[in-house]
Amino acid sequence: MGANTIQPSNLDPATAVYDFTLPAGEPWMHEIKRGQTLRIVDLEGNQAVDTLFFGARDPAERYSAQDTVRRQGNVYLTTGSALMSNEGNVMLRIVADTCGRHDTLGGACAAESNTVRYALDKKHMHNCRDNFLTALARWGHRYGMTKRDIPANINFFMNVPVTGSGGLTFEDGVSAPGKYVEMRAEMDVIALISNCPQLNNPCNAYNPTPIRLLVWDA
Amino acid sequence: MNATTSIAPGRLLWEETVHGGGHWSGVLRRGTALRLVDLDGGVNVAALFYNQEEKLERYNMADTLKAQHTAHLTRGFVCYSDMGRVLCSIVADTVGWHDPIGGVADNKDIVAKYGEHRFQEHRNEMTRSGREGLLIELGKWGLGARDLVANVNFFSKVVADEAGALRFQPGNSKAGDYLDLRFEMNTLVALSTAPHPLDPGSQYAPGRLQLIAWRAEAPGEDDYCRNFRPENRRGFYNTEILFR
Repeated sequence: MGANTIQPSNLDPATAVYDFTLPAGEPWMHEIKRGQTLRIVDLEGNQAVDTLFFGARDPAERYSAQDTVRRQGNVYLTTGSALMSNEGNVMLRIVADTCGRHDTLGGACAAESNTVRYALDKKHMHNCRDNFLTALARWGHRYGMTKRDIPANINFFMNVPVTGSGGLTFEDGVSAPGKYVEMRAEMDVIALISNCPQLNNPCNAYNPTPIRLLVWDA
Repeated sequence: MNATTSIAPGRLLWEETVHGGGHWSGVLRRGTALRLVDLDGGVNVAALFYNQEEKLERYNMADTLKAQHTAHLTRGFVCYSDMGRVLCSIVADTVGWHDPIGGVADNKDIVAKYGEHRFQEHRNEMTRSGREGLLIELGKWGLGARDLVANVNFFSKVVADEAGALRFQPGNSKAGDYLDLRFEMNTLVALSTAPHPLDPGSQYAPGRLQLIAWRAEAPGEDDYCRNFRPENRRGFYNTEILFR
């Protein structure tokens, strides 16, 4: 695992029970039932898709980047990766991936971290943490969720290599138009996505773009 | 090396020893520093940091790593909160590599790896997990599982190869090794000295940790951590305006 494990899917978009195109810079929150499969399509290439999962029955159970990484013994996500919860349970498994490598160390952009990373006057720019908080303001009350529930996330389609000397680098993307990643839910989950609006980072060619979200029943 | 040489006796605030496999929490105010000393060699210290005044502001692994372009911590690096502020700075380090990625083991992991060692049979030599230790300490401050975010593992080294495979490097820290954290905010610190989850050792034998707190010098314009990266200058600015 971790080497590029390209695995296409046989699922036909015509049979999907849900099919939605999410514009750049928008939040999305959606329940995925156990057995359902979620596909995220990078429509135009190298779009960062900041993603979190929560247990639908108990949202205090949530995706854990550290548990996922240490249990698979690898820092990258790809086909075969089990997305683990903070309670040690498998939430979803990546069952198809035509990109080959996804990041879960780089986290989400935020107004405040943008001031640190880029410049103090970048604070006004739209960002993923604002999207997460927007989603929680709109829909989080259904689950009792607040900022407290936002941990480190997955960045689908982002290439953030860890070097042998302990560096973290943001490399040009390994994704391309039409590449996708697909994961099957092993429990009922709430998916929370920010389709990243970052305009300061060359990893998306300074051009945030739409993604397509599809769900198939078991 | 003598772990107390650089701390002027007049600045010393307190000292405490944390049992191997144990847990600890406390408040370190802005302007104080904490030395963590590996007493026995090979200690692992899972650590989390919270703004004591608003505990929803907390250590953020991803911001710490990406703002400083690093997957390890040592002198010069700082621990960022999710609000773009510096909770604490690593101002001294004899180890050279601290792991921000590996996380903590839970009780199921510990039993699977080391067998069950309950209090009933083993008294205070019972096996404890890092996750449970941190949850106990967080509970003392009204925090819980929702507040338990990705942690630092001081004294442990985990490297990734080109394919991303992780390898724990034994022997990273020796008896007497230490690091100094200088607190730039009033910070709630929670620690566990349970073994690192990727430690391949088959025996549950976590070492002891000594804590030494003292009044630190305020970081000047030429401060090493402030100037370690251009990002850190902005992080210190964000932090200092909170106290103006």
